[in-house]
Amino acid sequence: MKVLVCISNVPDTTTKVKFVDESKLDTNGIQWVINPWDELALTRALEMKEDASNGIEAVTVAHVGLAAAEPTIRKALAIGADNAIRVNVDPKDAYEVASQLAQVVKAENFEIVLCGIESADHNGSTVGGMLAEFLECPSVTCVSSLKMEGGKSVITREIDGGKEIVSVPTPFVAVVQKGIAKEPRIAAMRGIMAARTKPIKVAEPQAVASLTEVKKYEMPKPRAACKFVDAENAGELIALLQNEAKVL
Amino acid sequence: MSVLVYTENWDGKFKKLSFELVSYASKVAEMVGGEAVALSIGNVENAELEKLAQYGAKKIITVDPATQAFDEQAYTKVIAEVAQKLGAKVVVLANNNKGKALAPRLSVRLKAALGAGVSKLPVSTSPFVVYKKVYSGKAFSDIELKSDVKILTLAQNSFDITTNPQAVVIEKMDVAAGDIKTEVKNVEKQTGKILLTDAEIVVSGGRGMKSPDNWGPLEELANLLGAATACSRPVSDEGWRPHGEHTGQTGKIIAPNLYFAIGISGATQHIAGISSTKYIVAVNSDKDAPIFEAAQYGIIGDAMKVLPKLVDAVKEMKSK
Repeated sequence: MKVLVCISNVPDTTTKVKFVDESKLDTNGIQWVINPWDELALTRALEMKEDASNGIEAVTVAHVGLAAAEPTIRKALAIGADNAIRVNVDPKDAYEVASQLAQVVKAENFEIVLCGIESADHNGSTVGGMLAEFLECPSVTCVSSLKMEGGKSVITREIDGGKEIVSVPTPFVAVVQKGIAKEPRIAAMRGIMAARTKPIKVAEPQAVASLTEVKKYEMPKPRAACKFVDAENAGELIALLQNEAKVL
Repeated sequence: MSVLVYTENWDGKFKKLSFELVSYASKVAEMVGGEAVALSIGNVENAELEKLAQYGAKKIITVDPATQAFDEQAYTKVIAEVAQKLGAKVVVLANNNKGKALAPRLSVRLKAALGAGVSKLPVSTSPFVVYKKVYSGKAFSDIELKSDVKILTLAQNSFDITTNPQAVVIEKMDVAAGDIKTEVKNVEKQTGKILLTDAEIVVSGGRGMKSPDNWGPLEELANLLGAATACSRPVSDEGWRPHGEHTGQTGKIIAPNLYFAIGISGATQHIAGISSTKYIVAVNSDKDAPIFEAAQYGIIGDAMKVLPKLVDAVKEMKSK
């Protein structure tokens, strides 16, 4: 079986974001990384491939974006993906990303598609579900564990206050979250060397009209300064929470 | 013109989130000059359904599912068909586990732009612009939804419930769910514990708790306040607390009214998970810890020494 891991290229999560003219991200000095949830998805895909009982032959990563994202794609290859596909377009929104990814999945017949539950930029939690609907295949969201047993999926998904073990037939999209892999895998020197020669296929985009448009960005309003209470006087804090904040 | 709101049920019951959703949908309906219609899938008693009318639902549609299993594809088909039958212009869901599964699928099925994780009413309805956080709360953006039909997912605990009683109209609709491809093998549920995402007060501990054996006073404080417990990422990574308690960018994103950060330094990723919290109280021995920049109230001191004092102060408050 072939696995596709969809990866997004996002600013490192410690970045202090700034915008130019409220309309676009100031990319000066930004470190671009594989979206953290996608990195966990990739780690799990590689673990599954290494354990033969899952029956995974190859792990491919796909990214929708311009050539500037290639270092991030190379990083995914260095971590261990076998090859990569980049759809050469600067997508306007998640709908466009999902629509382009659907073409990739259809062209290459991936049986298992993994997406991170959220991207660290637009926080939409949208691409995986959209992709599944474009493909008219099952999806399982909030996935914290995944394996294949005798060609069948065994999936743990988080529900309110607990979890469910479910199975869906292939092809399917699993939208994964924390827990899917213990820690993201780090590229070793050998992997970095190997990644240099691994193929990145560049696919031409389909014409897709986006459904949303960012009108402007703004920074959060600064919060009022913290009011300090003496450690010996916890009662005063409780009184402030009751009378001033009115939350107790 | 209607605004359809999907109200999930938990073992046949609604909760505060359901009423937040209906309150929100009825305000959106006012803005677009239409009416809010609630959709409930599965077995819910009429007396429970009637509650939705209290918050502005002019009609409540119920659909029987073909299965107990939550099949994302089948639920999407049902909601989409109801939306189409009604000619709904806006579909509202919660930005929770199920909403995150259904809203993107619905977006494609209805070719409807999705405003995900909104916490406020639309900025305008013509053009239809929503305000939402981006970069995990480090910034916000105004996003135009350009399609004819729009989908909005509402962040939990972000919209006040408003009573707006309507005459109760319940209508059963027959909609085929199609093939069910999800097979549920096993369900594990914790009972009797306040869900972290539902909690109005959360007491959370970080590395400053020093050891997995020191959580007694923190749990006592949480119990006294009817709060849920949470933790920072290092604590769950160390295995001191379960992963489900990890609050932060890659863990749970919550928006309680009050959040106690006990011995948490406040890394950007942690703040990202609590940025919509109304009041943050920080207890930390380091006066320069970044958590104090996010907090409204702070105590500089060792978590293990301050916690028992907070417990005593809450006990005293409750005895009055």
